[in-house]
Amino acid sequence: MTFARRAWIILWKDLLTERRSKESLNALFFFALLLLFLFEFALGPDRERLVAVLPGLLWLGFILAGLLALGRTFIVERENDCWEGLVLTAGDKGAIYLGKLAGNFLLMAAVEVVLLSLFGIFYNVDLWPSLAPLSLVILLGTVGLAAVGTLFGAMTSQLRARELLFPLLLLPVQVPVLLGTVKATEAVFQGLALADVGHWLKLLAAADLVYLLVGLLTFEFILEA
Amino acid sequence: MTQDLSPSASQRAVDIQEVRKAFGANVVLDRVDLCLDRGEVVTLLGPNGSGKTTLLKILATLLRPSSGRGRVGAFDLLREAESIRQRVGLLAHGSYVYEDLTAEENLRFWATMAGLPADGGALRKALAAVELEAVAGERARTFSSGMKRRLALARALLGAPELLLLDEPFAGLDQQGKKWLEEALLAFKSTGGTVLMATHSFGRGLGIADRVAILAGGRIVLDRARTSLDLEELHRLYALHTENGS
Repeated sequence: MTFARRAWIILWKDLLTERRSKESLNALFFFALLLLFLFEFALGPDRERLVAVLPGLLWLGFILAGLLALGRTFIVERENDCWEGLVLTAGDKGAIYLGKLAGNFLLMAAVEVVLLSLFGIFYNVDLWPSLAPLSLVILLGTVGLAAVGTLFGAMTSQLRARELLFPLLLLPVQVPVLLGTVKATEAVFQGLALADVGHWLKLLAAADLVYLLVGLLTFEFILEA
Repeated sequence: MTQDLSPSASQRAVDIQEVRKAFGANVVLDRVDLCLDRGEVVTLLGPNGSGKTTLLKILATLLRPSSGRGRVGAFDLLREAESIRQRVGLLAHGSYVYEDLTAEENLRFWATMAGLPADGGALRKALAAVELEAVAGERARTFSSGMKRRLALARALLGAPELLLLDEPFAGLDQQGKKWLEEALLAFKSTGGTVLMATHSFGRGLGIADRVAILAGGRIVLDRARTSLDLEELHRLYALHTENGS
């Protein structure tokens, strides 16, 4: 009960802080918009080419926005040395990780909803028929991205070269998630059933589980280091 | 490694022996011994860089000593950090205040994290104790440094700690705030609480101390009852030890 209460208060604090400061959300929405404009200019009006690269573009947008959001997740804890206060709280530090992860997941989900809607509008793609299976793929991919991003965000937040190291650490570990999500998204856009890409979804679910467990088990050492 | 487990030792709020802390080749604390009895207020004087903050962080279990041993209350400094954390309040350089949360929300957050009740009544009482109840609903970003210091003290006092570790507690406070803090510490002491207060200034704080210790060059070079020293003598000894030792 205390574990859940502590995870919840971390999530509550992060959401409230973000709602009031809007630091991450504003930046991420503008960044998403900018990305779409750039893709539009780079690809031109060729529809066939666009449909072929759409899954990759979509996840490139999610990943780049995620890099911005996740890299900042522990910066707020540096202000006024709040990090020290978190270290000094007794109890399982996994609750802090879980609360932070939930906050990051919700933040990324909000950005992804906006990005996805804009993709549909900008590239004139009808997303409604594939929305349900696409949501499942995005859910699994976002959990994986947020799980590792939260952990590495904590790991690099104390480093001077954190902006450089964070993507360098995160992206190689994200390879299974990226592969799975892009392949599954491609299949969804081609109108295939999710069962046809079951192996990718299983890979995604397994990667999520592993990342979550590693995060929960190692977060205390990272926080105390 | 042997521990003194005699009854007198267990009555101590702090008992550290031969504590050494080095960051690489830089030795910050060099075989420090320090004991505090329960209910005692000790002022730790020392120039900048003498190791006061490091010592407080070791006692709060934020840092591990490179060598040495010790206890905070009945708990081993190296092996029972979790138990120590539940019984110690730390007022550090940083206020641990989230700027975009209100005073009450900040306390709610830290109380919940500590596993304490976080109902509105208890939080307002904690804010009233540091005279911040009138601004309970205002964001910390709008607070002066003195108000943030008070909020930090309210956080440190959550859960009624047995030992308060204060790092330059009077910094950023105006005269009224300093007087208020002295009274708050005396009230804490009257409930049986123990205080270790680190400072590099001879201003407030000495008046409520039972003992004064000087940390210089990583060592406790003087540890005397406050009543055995007048201010002039203390200034002289401080100058003598810090010029030679740091």
